[in-house]
Amino acid sequence: MPRTRLNLDIPLEFLSILTQDGLVDEDLEPDVPGELLLKLYRFMVLGRRFDERMLQLQRQGRIGTFAPIKGQEAAQLGAVAALEPRDWMVPCFRETAAQLWRGTPMESILLYFGGYDEGGRIPDGQKDLPVAIPVASQLLHAVGLAWGAKYRGTDEVAMTFFGDGATSEGDFHEALNFAAVYQTPTVFVCQNNQWAISIPRSKQTRSRTLAQKALAYEMPGIQVDGNDVLAVYVAAREAVERARSGGGPTLIECVTYRMAMHTTADDPTRYRSEEEVLQWARKDPLVRFEKYLTDRGLLSPEKIQEVASDTDAAIQEAVRRYEELAKTLGDPLQMFDHHFEELPPNLREQKEELKRLLAAEREEASHA
Amino acid sequence: MPKMTMVQALNLALRQEMEKDDRVVVLGEDVGVDGGVFRVTEGLIDLFGPDRVLDTPLAESAIVGMSIGMAVYGLRPVCEIQFSGFTYLNFHQIECHASRLRHRSQGRFTVPMVLRTPYGGGVRALEHHSESREVFYAHMPGLKMVIPSGPRNARALLVSAIRDPDPVIFFEPKAVYRAFREEVPEEEETMPIGRSVIAREGRHVTVITYGAMVRPTLEAAERLSREEGLEAEVVDVLTLAPLDDSLITASARKTGRVVIIHEAPRSYGPGAEITARLVEKAFYFLEAPVRRVTGFDVIMPLFAREQAYLPNPARIARAVKETLEAAA
Ligand SMILES: Cc1ncc(C[n+]2csc(CCOP(=O)(O)OP(=O)(O)O)c2C)c(N)n1
Ligand SMILES: [Mg+2]
Repeated sequence: MPRTRLNLDIPLEFLSILTQDGLVDEDLEPDVPGELLLKLYRFMVLGRRFDERMLQLQRQGRIGTFAPIKGQEAAQLGAVAALEPRDWMVPCFRETAAQLWRGTPMESILLYFGGYDEGGRIPDGQKDLPVAIPVASQLLHAVGLAWGAKYRGTDEVAMTFFGDGATSEGDFHEALNFAAVYQTPTVFVCQNNQWAISIPRSKQTRSRTLAQKALAYEMPGIQVDGNDVLAVYVAAREAVERARSGGGPTLIECVTYRMAMHTTADDPTRYRSEEEVLQWARKDPLVRFEKYLTDRGLLSPEKIQEVASDTDAAIQEAVRRYEELAKTLGDPLQMFDHHFEELPPNLREQKEELKRLLAAEREEASHA
Repeated sequence: MPKMTMVQALNLALRQEMEKDDRVVVLGEDVGVDGGVFRVTEGLIDLFGPDRVLDTPLAESAIVGMSIGMAVYGLRPVCEIQFSGFTYLNFHQIECHASRLRHRSQGRFTVPMVLRTPYGGGVRALEHHSESREVFYAHMPGLKMVIPSGPRNARALLVSAIRDPDPVIFFEPKAVYRAFREEVPEEEETMPIGRSVIAREGRHVTVITYGAMVRPTLEAAERLSREEGLEAEVVDVLTLAPLDDSLITASARKTGRVVIIHEAPRSYGPGAEITARLVEKAFYFLEAPVRRVTGFDVIMPLFAREQAYLPNPARIARAVKETLEAAA
């Protein structure tokens, strides 16, 4: 009597639709228009190639430290593809592909990682928050945005991204709890890329999955193959539909892999083996999706070539625009902008002071 | 004596204290296998094993809260928060517990822990990785707040911090981490917490600073000496809390003129407290207004503009000269 088994119905699924070799499970294959599939493909290519270009630019000192996304293109794009423009996207710092999908221009991303605050500005009308570096802190904002949507009676949804490491922070648990308590239309997308800098997933938590953490908060959780863009898309679409129709939040764990370094300041050879990286290289989300689209007749070798060269041209043009723009943005006095609606007296005074200092420094330099 | 960077000197302090005292444990994100993102804890896990060097999950509040428990138990935890910009996630543990457990328990429990964390700008880092928010901790009763300026004092102060019976917040100037080497003795060396030092003697003006700003200040002082024959006395504060004002006020009484340098924003910054002490204790000796060369009251700009934000030797030298030219 006093000690009985609680009958908790806690379902947890794993979803995978494309095999490692790009073969599709026909029972699970979603009905997605070819146009959307091709758009996903183009953005996966863009995500990959832009990331590679950023790495070169960083190595050449043309931008600063950034977090590469290589290997996580499907896990990001499959998720944001389920959003409508009226929905909110709340990223962390490794969502370059998702940001591009949502409309952030490449040059904004370059400006931000190039050290210009101007890069933080999201284009008007685009409902994304800027990159959030303090791990897990942004999840709560997605709960608040979603609560606002519910309060106003709209059908907007807020989707937020974070890593496996983020699930150890208090903010993660607080966000899931609030979202569940208030049944906010929030979709939590965990990019489980197996590493939090040098800490492997197995040392981050004893839980066998990250998805199961949803269950403690009485919200649906699902684990998906994060290198399978179809699986991510299907899981995200379900979660978004549930959120939109009043069914509350969902946690999606995308099982993926960080193919590159944590950031350009990191040296992964100190803590992980080359074999492990090679293992995951075989699960490359891009290769897999290319095979699937080719089998479906949506891609051909010529088309693949065309997408690649169009992408490279677009990237080249964006890098050019970034460097042009950067030349016009040097004014240090900009650091006083955007603190308050009106510049308070202390800042007005300090701005004048910096103006005088810079003039004196220029004068000195011209004599030297 | 071997020449070391600040990173190596801090590593030496940790290694030697861990060798001497098995109560000393190190914990934080990436401090084990990776050796810390700045390599301050490099090699410690190989020497002392994962029971004394904990690669923790990603949670600052847990790292600090657990350190408090360890310290109460009788251990000497030295935790690392990867960047001072992420210490806000553990702020409540410091304010609500570490700083006040001795008082709350009326002396029954103490918290002999050290929180090490890199702070400050000038290294072209990402957002949240360049701020100087030492006042948050210097302002908190019940805490000691230490900021070394070079390899040798960093090593000696860290040893003292580990042995200190109370919680010490230890800000490491990341711009100095590998900027230069100094001779650091292999044999034990400590430095008293709560004492400032004269980094350069002079008779015309007193320049007060600490941390990463000590080097540009000394450079400015050398330039003024060379080019203008002006001899600035440079005080390296080293401990912001409890602030030792005896040296500062003595120097101000001698020179009558004071300039304060810090990269933290000006308003309510350490310079404000130092100025107040001077007004209280050396007012009648001052011959010119106290000047501050500091960061501005703005969100630290991203790195393309950070050099315009940070005090530099030219700015320091100009302020010192103007202070000397100010009519008595
Ligand atoms: C609150 C906080 N603590 C520490 C850091 C430093 N840091 C940046 S990313 C990171 C690891 C994040 O791991 P994970 O959540 O798995 O995301 P990933 O980097 O793998 O995408 C750490 C420790 C930070 N940015 N914010
Ligand atoms: Mg991760």
